[in-house]
Amino acid sequence: MAAGTSDDVILEVRNLRKYFPITKGFIFQRQVGAVKAVDDVSFFIRKGETLGLVGESGCGKTTTGRVILRLMEPSAGEAYFEGRNIFALNKEELRRMRRNMQIIFQDPYSSLNPRMTVGDIIGEPLEIHNLARGKEKVRRVQELLEVVGLSPYHANRYPHEFSGGQRQRIGIARALAVNPKLIICDEPVSALDVSIQAQVLNLLEELQKEFGLTYLFIAHDLSVVKHISDRIAVMYLGKIVEIATADELFANPQHPYTEALLSAVPIPDPGMRRERIILPGDVPSPVNPPQGCRFHTRCLYARESCKVNDQQLIDVGGGHYVACEVLPFRHQRSRAAVLKAPTA
Amino acid sequence: MTSAISAAVTTRGARLDRPQSYWTLAARRFLRHRVAVAGLAVLAAIAAMAVLAGVLAPHNPTAIDATAFRAAPSAVHPLGTDSVGRDVLSRLVYASRVSLSVGLLAVTMYVVIGTAVGAAAAYHGGTVDLVLSRLMDIVLSFPPLIIILFAVSVFGRPSLWNVILVLGLLGWPPVARLVRGQVLALRQQEFVHAARAMGAGDVRLILRHLLPNAMAPVLVAATFGTANAILIEAALSFLGLGVQPPTPSWGNMLTDAQSLTVLEQMPWLWVPPGFMILLSVLVINFVGDGLRDALDPSLKL
Repeated sequence: MAAGTSDDVILEVRNLRKYFPITKGFIFQRQVGAVKAVDDVSFFIRKGETLGLVGESGCGKTTTGRVILRLMEPSAGEAYFEGRNIFALNKEELRRMRRNMQIIFQDPYSSLNPRMTVGDIIGEPLEIHNLARGKEKVRRVQELLEVVGLSPYHANRYPHEFSGGQRQRIGIARALAVNPKLIICDEPVSALDVSIQAQVLNLLEELQKEFGLTYLFIAHDLSVVKHISDRIAVMYLGKIVEIATADELFANPQHPYTEALLSAVPIPDPGMRRERIILPGDVPSPVNPPQGCRFHTRCLYARESCKVNDQQLIDVGGGHYVACEVLPFRHQRSRAAVLKAPTA
Repeated sequence: MTSAISAAVTTRGARLDRPQSYWTLAARRFLRHRVAVAGLAVLAAIAAMAVLAGVLAPHNPTAIDATAFRAAPSAVHPLGTDSVGRDVLSRLVYASRVSLSVGLLAVTMYVVIGTAVGAAAAYHGGTVDLVLSRLMDIVLSFPPLIIILFAVSVFGRPSLWNVILVLGLLGWPPVARLVRGQVLALRQQEFVHAARAMGAGDVRLILRHLLPNAMAPVLVAATFGTANAILIEAALSFLGLGVQPPTPSWGNMLTDAQSLTVLEQMPWLWVPPGFMILLSVLVINFVGDGLRDALDPSLKL
């Protein structure tokens, strides 16, 4: 993906891998295998853009986010933030880099330290990076609380005194405290009530406009991702299988897995019916992923060659990349026929 | 009944504006535990007795009254005198200093060691964890009494400090295990990841995020440990391996009770120190129970 070198790209990830070793033995441990959580993932995000990262549980999307922030060390690959390789930074450089990249977590209950007041939680990044002290810090914390829709007097309260949605707002305020450029949103609304989800999503969108933020938005809920994303990357078993703009991906999915995922999105109209594509079988183990295309064991279009050829992302036009050698080359008509055919 | 409810409502309403920290909530739960509150009151009284021993004791605890050996309680000696004519009440009062300092110092020592070792093992993991965990197993397998005998032979004579040092240096593995388990679990919590993502260093992570959340069960264990240390000191002093006369300790005051004559005819020599040991251990355990319920209702020790 050559676009990764242009000026407006804020983050570019190249050939990222994260393997978790599986060891056996008590004192003399030997490695008997590896969970290939993220296996050769490449993508880029432009300044001010939201890239949605979707996939089912265990496909490696959360691991991807955490490795980019170096909350885990990568097994291989590079990640360039404004041209600097995050994985090559030393401790002090990394600490300074963290002002640029922040994270919002999924679970609003475990993401806030229960022993600290909200003011201390939001003020901590200011303290760490020497951004504000004393009265100035208090003022800044109150300002941040107002920005995320809470009241300044909430600063003296403890996390357990808040609801899930309010706690998620506190987490957002904490991420905003250092004025980051990129925020990795790791399923920020998955744990919330649907009515609260919309509020938090709207808040994230407003903040993006106000502060020019760039989001890597990780989620498994396609309707949420479609709502907030400019472009969407679909992950399956540690690999990105398709990247396209949100509208293009929904209108014209080119990977069989994306197609199946989209067919599972509910339509808010009881009169409309759509054929669901039910994938056969389960996700294979990331310890021993299938040879060739990883999706071939469940794919409705798989050919013999799919069991052999490892699929790379190919450009099918307009920044739409797919890792499939079958579906993109079929005629649109035959794909439609498959969609309408009764499923087993 | 109605007034009680409305009173409860107003107090709750009044509290709404005050932040409810973990510790204020825990204190409120503790205060609901009547036995624990009573225990704490008695414990406070014993502590006050230790601090004010110089004022409260009617006599010098080591002064010998040559006119009264093993004298029965009287106006001059409210709890009688011991075999060499020292005032039992005064000795009893001063001995509380020994018991409380053994309990507090030994436990403080092993809580500090245990917390440091447990946190280091869990935080660094890998080889560090492996080595420290095996070290815990090794230290746990030392029999404290034998080590104390050994310490006595090395340092020349038995003393209060031997007991404190040996208990303090051997008692830490259970605390280390407790802290290790807590920190291992906490390390996976998202607020710890969040702190790392914002650039918090090791020291800040451990001191502000991990340990404050790991200390509740340690505090409970320390309370029970204090009672245990008091018991061990009493046993050692009773055997002549702990605090040496003329310094009074509840344990060495009981040494006199080895004779049948004393047991049968002079209860003032052994009932008071025996009762004080029982009382202090009992109230500390009550406080420990209350703390356990107040700090973590789901915790079982």
